Amino acid sequence: MGYIISHYWNELVQGLGYTLLASVIALFFSTIIGTMFAIFEVLPNRLMRVIGRVYIEIFRNIPLLVIAMFFYVIVPLYIAKIDGFTAGTIGLTLYTSSFIAETVRAGIQSVDLGQMEGARANGMTYWQAMSKIVLPQAFKIIIPPMGNQFINLVKNSSVLAFVAGFDLMYQANSIASLSLDTINSYMVVGLFYLVITLPLSYYMRHLEKRLAN
Amino acid sequence: MQNFIEAYSWVNIRFLLEGLWITVEVSVVSIIASFIIGSLLGVLRYVKIKYLSAVVGFIVDIIRNLPLILIIFFTYFGLPHLGFKPGILFATILAMTIFESAMLAEIVRSGIMAVDEGQMEGARANGLSYVQALWHVVFPQAIKKTIPTIVSQFISLIKDTSLATIIVLPELLNHAQIIYGQNSAYIIPMFVIIAVMYFIICYALSVLSRVLDRKLA
Repeated sequence: MGYIISHYWNELVQGLGYTLLASVIALFFSTIIGTMFAIFEVLPNRLMRVIGRVYIEIFRNIPLLVIAMFFYVIVPLYIAKIDGFTAGTIGLTLYTSSFIAETVRAGIQSVDLGQMEGARANGMTYWQAMSKIVLPQAFKIIIPPMGNQFINLVKNSSVLAFVAGFDLMYQANSIASLSLDTINSYMVVGLFYLVITLPLSYYMRHLEKRLAN
Repeated sequence: MQNFIEAYSWVNIRFLLEGLWITVEVSVVSIIASFIIGSLLGVLRYVKIKYLSAVVGFIVDIIRNLPLILIIFFTYFGLPHLGFKPGILFATILAMTIFESAMLAEIVRSGIMAVDEGQMEGARANGLSYVQALWHVVFPQAIKKTIPTIVSQFISLIKDTSLATIIVLPELLNHAQIIYGQNSAYIIPMFVIIAVMYFIICYALSVLSRVLDRKLA
């Protein structure tokens, strides 16, 4: 393993960089999109609720790889030239946004109804109350599940390997075929994933416990 | 439109259904195996047997925090170097079972922890042994509490079987790729139909879990 790490250090660090970049970009955009659809789902307007529900159910129930491949194969053919990294990150964003929407919706619904009513009674509009009173409280509650979503993102970003996205998983395959040491190549790449995901998951468990008490 | 009609010829549909059958086969076997192993590991982690529980917990955490694709690669390309060469189907089922067992172990453990402590004490006070109380009283309640989470984990499992296209398991996505590889006009029709197929299976399961949850609550 030491040989793989020292010999392929540049590839590994580059792969880690792309994995983190894709995860952070996808987290940012899927939080925005997910929050939007979560708000749709709690609106008084029935049509908006249906739109929110349909979006969430579609992207939750189709495999991430199918979504990512869709963008990798179809978009360059009919719409615009995009590279594998972009296609994979778009797929990752849409897929994750449906899970984040569910998380944010649960957060909003766990905020006491009186908060919204109180804010409205004090003269705020629905949107002011939602953005200034309800959402900040909701986001505080959902920090641990959002952290878990980020861990899932880091793991799921490995689909980039299917679309030539130069991430850690992609590097794992090229290192394995270059070094001919399959086992150690995969073990080293596994370690690189664990360095990010394991501490985060322990920290989230700690936060969950603290919030529960 | 013409593309869609041609793409959905009986020959192609039958080929896709053969892929779907492999997807279902892998899913069902992995679901059953990982439910059994995951429950066992979850209980083991909960009961706090010196060293054993800590070791099980650590291994579960490591597997949970790795990408499934890496585990698939490891079982298919790595194991032969350790002297064991599984076929594609078996390597996939093995990888899915390892990964999902770890995920389920964590769900089951948190479910057991959510069961009121009085349940265990009450069962013990009524003369049940620790193992009996765990098996007959605590465990069923833990499963009941975690059904929605367990089912959504199984939905993830079904979706994740598509990852095995990378080792050319002849499942649904792989068969769709073979069809559109022969004629690029079929690309969109193929993506549409497999998305619909995955959606129907996964959505049906999520509805089922909601019904179950309401009935048991």
